[in-house]
Amino acid sequence: MLSVDIEKQLGEFSLALKFEAKGGATALFGPSGAGKTSAVNMIAGLVAPDRGRITLDETTLFDSVVRINVPAHRRRIGYVFQEGRLFPHLTVAQNLDYGRWMSGISADPDERERIVALLEIDALLKRRPGHLSGGERQRVAFGRALLMKPRLLLLDEPLASLDRARKLEILPYLARLRDEANVPMIYVSHQAGEIQKLCSQVVRIEDGRVQASGGLELLDAETEH
Amino acid sequence: MFSLTPEEWTAVELSLRIAVVATLVSLPFGLAIAWLLARKEFWGKALLDGVVHLPLVLPPVVTGYLLLISFGRKAPVGAFLEQFGIVFSFRWTGAALACGVMGFPLLVRAIRLSFEAIDRRLEEAASTLGANKLWAFVTVTLPLALPGIIAGMVLCFAKALGEFGATITFVSNIPGETQTLSAAIYTFTQIPNGDAQALRLVAVAIVIALLALIASEWFARRAGMRYHGE
Repeated sequence: MLSVDIEKQLGEFSLALKFEAKGGATALFGPSGAGKTSAVNMIAGLVAPDRGRITLDETTLFDSVVRINVPAHRRRIGYVFQEGRLFPHLTVAQNLDYGRWMSGISADPDERERIVALLEIDALLKRRPGHLSGGERQRVAFGRALLMKPRLLLLDEPLASLDRARKLEILPYLARLRDEANVPMIYVSHQAGEIQKLCSQVVRIEDGRVQASGGLELLDAETEH
Repeated sequence: MFSLTPEEWTAVELSLRIAVVATLVSLPFGLAIAWLLARKEFWGKALLDGVVHLPLVLPPVVTGYLLLISFGRKAPVGAFLEQFGIVFSFRWTGAALACGVMGFPLLVRAIRLSFEAIDRRLEEAASTLGANKLWAFVTVTLPLALPGIIAGMVLCFAKALGEFGATITFVSNIPGETQTLSAAIYTFTQIPNGDAQALRLVAVAIVIALLALIASEWFARRAGMRYHGE
């Protein structure tokens, strides 16, 4: 279980979030600029909160009172960025194995084969990211984050850079990941439609505050989308 | 005309050795300073930037003279280093030092620009995948900066090969020890009937410079292809 209770001042914008996420897929839902990306950056360890506490299962990742701040590279939290952020100088196969090399995980060919098959990226393994379509790139990014065997997977609007047809193409892969990879997911989006297809819990964020958290019924309260 | 005398060969060989050593020894320092200038904010950053660039704008004779009064055998730094068997004055190593100092600003500039051009979000991605700062630098930053690093090395090498003023001021013009290609050409132009010898060395200088340019283009293109090609 992920438990977040943090405060952060970002210029004029003040962020104060408190929520919990159990297993399965939890959506951070809200308009652009609400502080969703800042929240996942703090969970990943890329940004340090000013105050507060973040725990994942039994581990404290951040605690301002006892001065704990586990660096990003030791958190074992997979992160799929909006723009993929694949390494352009490495092949798809090398991108996929990067997390395993850096985290010092021993090779698990069966698992790798399973994820490659799940995402249908076996034909892309020898290519470099410059030669992939947007949808292919995101699929590789999912695989790269999963193959480091994360304890939690953060997905920050992973479909936002894709057109509608590509989104529809990727959504089933995400649903399969949720069901088969068995890693808790935090899914950031401002699209109620995507969330409805993937998530079971919703945390609604507006203006840097949690407005409500609960089930999918919270999506209906949102009228703008 | 194109068979060189042993004396001329010595000058060519010496020049190449000095330029290669100057470039390779400068490289780790250049990487470190370029990284500091590109990525860190600290007190005295503008001063460091200025000092690194000074050899580019100072008259080379001034740089050479400053090296002489600090790295000469009786000078403070020179006397200190001599205890460890490191001697610069009137040795080829001194020529390499002078060439390295003169080429350093060009090396640092090119590497700094390529560090600044790298998308730092890729380093963040590396850290979420388990890479600490050093590994992220070695596996992401360094390979992505490679074209700029190569360009900087070629510029530094070319500067070192052509360096004249600082070298001759610091370590003089001793055949077989500190007489580089440029110094040899200068010497031949000062003696009667030296034109043929000078011209032969000029041809050698042109060939070396062209080869270095072509090699760097090839390397940079290969490195660039890795991002876009297969």
